[in-house]
Amino acid sequence: MKHILILGAGTAGTLMANKLRKKVSRREWDITIVDENREHYYQPGFLFIPFGIYKKEDVIKSKSKFIPGGVETIFSRVEKILPKENRVILEDNRELKYDFLIIATGTRIAPEETPGLLGELWFKDIFDFYTIEGAVALAERIKAFDGGKIIVNITELPFKCPVAPLEFIFLADSYFKKRGIRDSVELTLVTPLPGAFTKPIATKMLSGLMEKKGIKIVPDFNIAEVDNEGKRIIDYEGKSVEFDLLVTIPTNKGADMIERSGMGDDLNFVPTDKHTLQAIGYDNIFVLGDAANLPTSKAGSVAHFAGDILEANLLSAIKGEPMTAKFDGHANCYIVTSDKKGTLIDFNYDTEPLPGRYPYIIGPFGLLKDTRLNYYGKLFFKWMYWNLLLRGHDLPVTSHMSMCCKKRPQ
Amino acid sequence: MAQKNYAGHTIDVNDEGYFTDSTQWNREVAAAVAKDEGIELTDKHLAILEFLRSRHSSGDALSIRSINKSGIVDVKEFYALFPGAPLKKATKIAGIPKPSSCI
Repeated sequence: MKHILILGAGTAGTLMANKLRKKVSRREWDITIVDENREHYYQPGFLFIPFGIYKKEDVIKSKSKFIPGGVETIFSRVEKILPKENRVILEDNRELKYDFLIIATGTRIAPEETPGLLGELWFKDIFDFYTIEGAVALAERIKAFDGGKIIVNITELPFKCPVAPLEFIFLADSYFKKRGIRDSVELTLVTPLPGAFTKPIATKMLSGLMEKKGIKIVPDFNIAEVDNEGKRIIDYEGKSVEFDLLVTIPTNKGADMIERSGMGDDLNFVPTDKHTLQAIGYDNIFVLGDAANLPTSKAGSVAHFAGDILEANLLSAIKGEPMTAKFDGHANCYIVTSDKKGTLIDFNYDTEPLPGRYPYIIGPFGLLKDTRLNYYGKLFFKWMYWNLLLRGHDLPVTSHMSMCCKKRPQ
Repeated sequence: MAQKNYAGHTIDVNDEGYFTDSTQWNREVAAAVAKDEGIELTDKHLAILEFLRSRHSSGDALSIRSINKSGIVDVKEFYALFPGAPLKKATKIAGIPKPSSCI
């Protein structure tokens, strides 16, 4: 019997377990998946919790429900990978051997990296919304908020779901309008980027929306520390911005286990071949999802598209054939722009988000257009996530980015 | 492709002024690029440039954070030496590509 071992039962690991179990022979290959938590969170839903649109119970299901029969699940912390020996050591010193390893251990927020962030204001006036705890605690604080300065601060790149800070601030704008106190709330995005987003065409569209909604932006701000007493964040050049409520997107790091295994970069992301998805230096280790250091977004859509490529390449490798599938960095993100509308971006390593339609020439979704249908696309996606994506079914979209319905503006 | 003249050397650059061939770099050229950026190079600057070049040539990704591993300066001093956008400026002066910030 040969072994495929998957570390991490989040979006990437779970969809891979489902895909592979359908494709590899049960007589020759066993598949094992390891995760330390029993709950699967629908992370795109975290965004809606602070505004009372979703509750905690709307985004949690049991991980086991999504692991197919014929895959062994082990709930344990991973101590480390011994990549040269094809072995993984679990917390209780148990040892798992593998022929192929898939690392899908994702990314976590690391607020401890910024001095003062975990100070006395943490979860009083400073919150994240990338954890269920943060999102739920922030909902209470926002309900009680009756005016003042709210800043959304991106600590550093890369971070998961790069459009989420913008969506958060757009939803905050809608939320306070609805409460009738928008005039007494100052909303500011404080970012290390030179603008609202990295790529020029999307930045233009998104900054236009921000301006229209009266949302301020402080660009080129690299946070060095939080002054809890003075309620302000200070950057490396001494610039500071005051807040009454700080919503932080802390430094993102890969799993600590990657560091213990000596396999990570400065932020514990695994150096990965951007086309084959193999861990650099190890032919029988693949990396899927946020754990990889790929130069594309850290997002569920990337794990999904890359999953098709990984499946093809792993099946080739199993047969001893050359790997021919190449990942193009395809990412696709809905961006909520209010509590009624949304926009959509679709891009890859080489092509920035362009206006157009998705996934077909007739749409129904508009790329870089602000429409009601896009908002409902985002809400409907939750159903697709639980019922199709995690279970490894094909979605009605291509894994490589298509230029079919895009147009570069003059 | 554009070319620029620095300290009597012809350098191939891209449209943002970054070297397209890092082997065309030397310390004199670096001093001239730095001058354009409003920076007078010191030994400390040069040590950082060499650190960035060696990290680049070994294929490691460059980030502001990685400066902490240089053993030369910490992030705060890095900002003081290359004010404004330290990594963008330093990589330009070091003759290596601008680090891509992907999102």
